[in-house]
Amino acid sequence: MATQTPVIEVHNQTAQTPRRLWLEVLHDWVTTVDHKKIGLMYIGYALVFLVIAGFEALLMRVQLAIPNNHFVSPEVFNGLFTMHGTTMVFFVGMPILFGFGNYLIPLMIGARDMAFPRLNAFSFWISAFAGILLYFSYVGGSGLDGAGSALDVGWFAYAPLTARVFSPGHSTDYWTLSLLLTGVGSIGTALNIVATIICMRCPGMKMSRLPLLPWIYLVMSGLTFVAIGPLTAAQIMLMLDRYVGSHFFDTQAGGSAVLWMHFFWIFGHPEVYILVLPAFAFANEIIPVFSRKAIFGYPAMVAASVGIGFISLGVWAHHMFTVGLGPGENTFFTLATMIISVPTGIKIFNWLATLWGGKIQFTTSMMFAVGFLFQFLIAGLTGIMLSAAPFDWQLGNSYFVVAHFHYVLVGAILFMIFSAFYYWYPKMTGRMLSEKLGKWHFWLFVIGFHLTFDFMHVPGLLGMPRRIYTYEADRGWMIWNLIISSGAVFQTVATLLFVYNMVWSYFRGPIAGPDPWDAWTLEWSVSSPPPSYNFAEIPTVASRRPLWDLKHPEDPDSDYEMGPVHPEETQKEGA
Amino acid sequence: MFSTRGSSSSTAIALSAFIADPTNIFRPAGTPASSIFSLSMLVLGITAAIFLVVAGILTFVLIRYRSRDSAGETEQEPAQIYGSNQIELSWTVIPILIVVMLFLATTRVIYTTEHAPRPADALDVTVIGHQFWWEYRYPKLGVVTANELHVPVSDREHPLPTYLTMSSADTDHSFWVPRLAGKMDLIPDKVNTMWIDPQRKDLYLGQCAQYCGVQHAKMLIRVYADTPEDFAAWVTHQQQPAVRDPGVAEGREVFMHNACISCHTIRGTVANGRFGPDLTHVGSRETIASASVLNNPKNLREFIDNPANFKPGALMPPMHLDSHDLDAVTAYLATLK
Repeated sequence: MATQTPVIEVHNQTAQTPRRLWLEVLHDWVTTVDHKKIGLMYIGYALVFLVIAGFEALLMRVQLAIPNNHFVSPEVFNGLFTMHGTTMVFFVGMPILFGFGNYLIPLMIGARDMAFPRLNAFSFWISAFAGILLYFSYVGGSGLDGAGSALDVGWFAYAPLTARVFSPGHSTDYWTLSLLLTGVGSIGTALNIVATIICMRCPGMKMSRLPLLPWIYLVMSGLTFVAIGPLTAAQIMLMLDRYVGSHFFDTQAGGSAVLWMHFFWIFGHPEVYILVLPAFAFANEIIPVFSRKAIFGYPAMVAASVGIGFISLGVWAHHMFTVGLGPGENTFFTLATMIISVPTGIKIFNWLATLWGGKIQFTTSMMFAVGFLFQFLIAGLTGIMLSAAPFDWQLGNSYFVVAHFHYVLVGAILFMIFSAFYYWYPKMTGRMLSEKLGKWHFWLFVIGFHLTFDFMHVPGLLGMPRRIYTYEADRGWMIWNLIISSGAVFQTVATLLFVYNMVWSYFRGPIAGPDPWDAWTLEWSVSSPPPSYNFAEIPTVASRRPLWDLKHPEDPDSDYEMGPVHPEETQKEGA
Repeated sequence: MFSTRGSSSSTAIALSAFIADPTNIFRPAGTPASSIFSLSMLVLGITAAIFLVVAGILTFVLIRYRSRDSAGETEQEPAQIYGSNQIELSWTVIPILIVVMLFLATTRVIYTTEHAPRPADALDVTVIGHQFWWEYRYPKLGVVTANELHVPVSDREHPLPTYLTMSSADTDHSFWVPRLAGKMDLIPDKVNTMWIDPQRKDLYLGQCAQYCGVQHAKMLIRVYADTPEDFAAWVTHQQQPAVRDPGVAEGREVFMHNACISCHTIRGTVANGRFGPDLTHVGSRETIASASVLNNPKNLREFIDNPANFKPGALMPPMHLDSHDLDAVTAYLATLK
C-alpha cells in the first residue's frame, strides 16, 4: 500500500539525544510551541492542582466527619470549599482536558502541530498564571467581612456576597482576575482546536472519517466560545461594581442578584458539558479498542454530541429552580433538562452495543472506562431526579446535589481521565504504566469513590444543605458523614499510588513501542513518544480506522462506512 | 483534633445518629412536601427501572463478552458491526416517551404548588433573611419575632395554610423545612412567596440552604405548628409589650445604656433597633442564636459575653460587659417572657 503511514523504525530520536543541562531543558519547555509539550504541561499543571484541591477536599471531610467539630474554623472551611470548587473546575478539569486535546488532536488527524502554535503557548501560560493568581489570594487577599485570607464566597459567587460591603478584601478580585485570564486562555485553545480540526486534517480525512475524539473536542470548543463570554462579561461587571460604583449586582442600589445567577449559569451549565464531553471523547476511543470492535453507530454518536452541545445551552436555569422564577420558567427548564437525557442515553446505548459481541480486554484503562459507564449511568439518573423542578426544591443545594455532580465529575470525568492516562501514557512517555499498581489504584479508588459519593446522597435526602462547616448532632447525619469521610481516605491513598505509578513507570516501566494496544487511530502509527514533527510523511486515510485498514487489508473499514467513496481515494487504495 | 460541644451526652448523639430524621424529605407533613414526595416516588421508580435494565445489560455484556483468549494466543478479531438504524431509533424513541411522561407528571406538581388557590383566611407571614438569623413579621397581627416561627395546624377539612412572603436584608438565603415544603430562596430586592400547611401539631426543623456568609451553617429554622387555640394564645401573648419586672431594673438599665438598643427592639422601651432580632419576648423562645443553642441563663450569658462562643462570624460584637453587668442583663432578658 502506497498510503502506509510512516512507522516506528523511521525515527527514534530520543535515544540519541545527549544529556542536557537542566537550564536548557527548562528553557526548552518554557519557550516551546510544540503541541505535545504544551499538552504535557497542561496535564502536569492540572495534576498539581488536582493534588492541591484534593487535599482541600480531604480537610473538609475531616471537619465534617462528626457534628460540631472544631478541626477548622468556619472562615477556613468556607475558603476550602470555594477554592476546591474553583480549582477543580478551572484549573484541573479544563487544563487536563485541553492538555489531552492538545496532545492528541494533531496526532489523530495526521497533522504536525496545532493550527496556531504560538497562540497555543500563549493560552497555556496565561491559564497557568491565572491559577497562581487565584492561589495568591491565600497570601494577599482577605475575604468576607471579618474572615481571613482566601476566597470564601462559594465557587459560583452569588451576588451580593461579592459586593464590597460583604467582601471588603481582595480575594474576590483575585478570583475575578484569575477567571478573566483563564477565560482568555480557554478561548485561545478552543479557537486553536477548531481551526486545527477544520483546516489541518490529513488527506482523505473527511469530517465523516474524523475520529470521535476530535469530533467531540470540536463540539466542546464551540461550547467554550459560547460559555466563556457571559462569564467574562459578568466578571467585568462585578469589577465595575466593586471599583467604579456601577450597580449591576448591587441590590442595595436596585441591581439584581438574579442577573448574576443567569450570567453565571449560562456559563456554568455548558461548562459542565465542556468538562464531560472530553470524557465521552476518551470513552469513544478506548472502549472500542479494548472491545476489539468499531464504535457502534458513529453518525449517531456525532449527532448526539452535537445535540448535547446545543441543548446544554438552554438548560441553565435548572440551577435556579428555587430562585422563584415562577411556574412557566420552571416548566420550560424542566423540559429542556429532561430532553438532554435522550442524546446522553443514545451514547450509553451505543457504548453498550460496542461492547456487545466484542472481546473485552480488562486492562486498567478499560476497567476505569467500565467504572465510568456504571457511574455515568447513575449520575444521569440522579440528574433526571434533579431535573424535575419540585424534586429539586427539596434536593437543590443539599448534599444530594453535591453527590450528583461529584458522580459526574469524579465518577465519570475523573475515571475517564484515569482511563485516558493508562491508555495514552505509553504514547506520551514511551513506557507503559504498571498494570499491577494500576489495578490497585483502580480498586482502591472504586471503593473510596463509592464509600464517599454513594452515601453522600443520603444526608441530602435527610435535609443536609451544602456549604455548612458543621451540623447539628440531632439531625441523624453523623453516621453518613463518617462513612463519606472514610471513603476520602481510600481515594487519597489511591491517588498517591497513581502519582507514584506515573513517576516509577517513567523510569522503570516496560518499553511501550508505537502501538501497545493494537489500536486503530493515527497516533499509534508513530513512535512513542512521537518525534517533534509527528509524521515524517503526512499520512493519507481511507476510513475512520486507518490502522485497522493497514492491519486488515482483506477487510478494510472503508468497505463498510456510509457515504460515497471518492474515486481518487479508491485508486490510491488499489495502487 | 475532634471535640464536641454543646451536646447533652455522647450516648444521645450516638443514638440520634441512627434513628433521628427530623428533616427527612421522605417523611412529609404538609401538602407541598407530600406532593413532591409522590412525584419523587414516581421518578425514583422510573430511574430505578432504567438502572436495573441498563446496568443489567452492561453486567451481562461484560461477563459474556470478556476476552477468553489466553495471552500469547493469536487473537481473532470479533465481527465488526458499525451500527443499525432500527436499533438506534428504538433507543431514541423509548427515552423520549419516558421523558414526555415524566415531564407531564412534573408540570402538574409545579402548577399545583406554585399556582395553588389561596384560601381567604390564610395566614400571612413576612420572612426576612439576615446574616445569620430569621425575622418573622405577622403584618395583620402586629407580631414580630425571630428564629422561631409559629403557625397554626392546617387540617384537611379546614385548610389554614400560611403564606410566607420572603425577602432578604443582605445576601441570598434559602428557607428550607424539608418536612413541610421544598426550599425557596430569599433574595434581596426580590419578593418570593411560598406556602406551608403543617398537618399535625409538631416542631419542624430546617435551616438556611443558600450560602450566605461565614456563619451560614448555624442559621437554623424552627417551625412550631400549634393548634388553632394555642396559636391564638401565642399571638395574644406576643402582642403584649415587654414585661416590666422591677426585680431586674438594673439589667434593664444596662441594656438601655449600652449599644444593645441600636440593634434590638424591645417594645415598650426606648430600644427600637432593627438590625438584630426583636427581643420583646425573647424569654418565651426555646432557643437563642438562630436556634443553635437552648435558651437558658447560662447560654444567654455566654452568648451576650461573646456571640462567637456559639456562632463565630455572627455580626453581633462581643459586648465587653463586666461579670456583674452580664449577670444583670441576662436576668433582665430572661424575664422577657
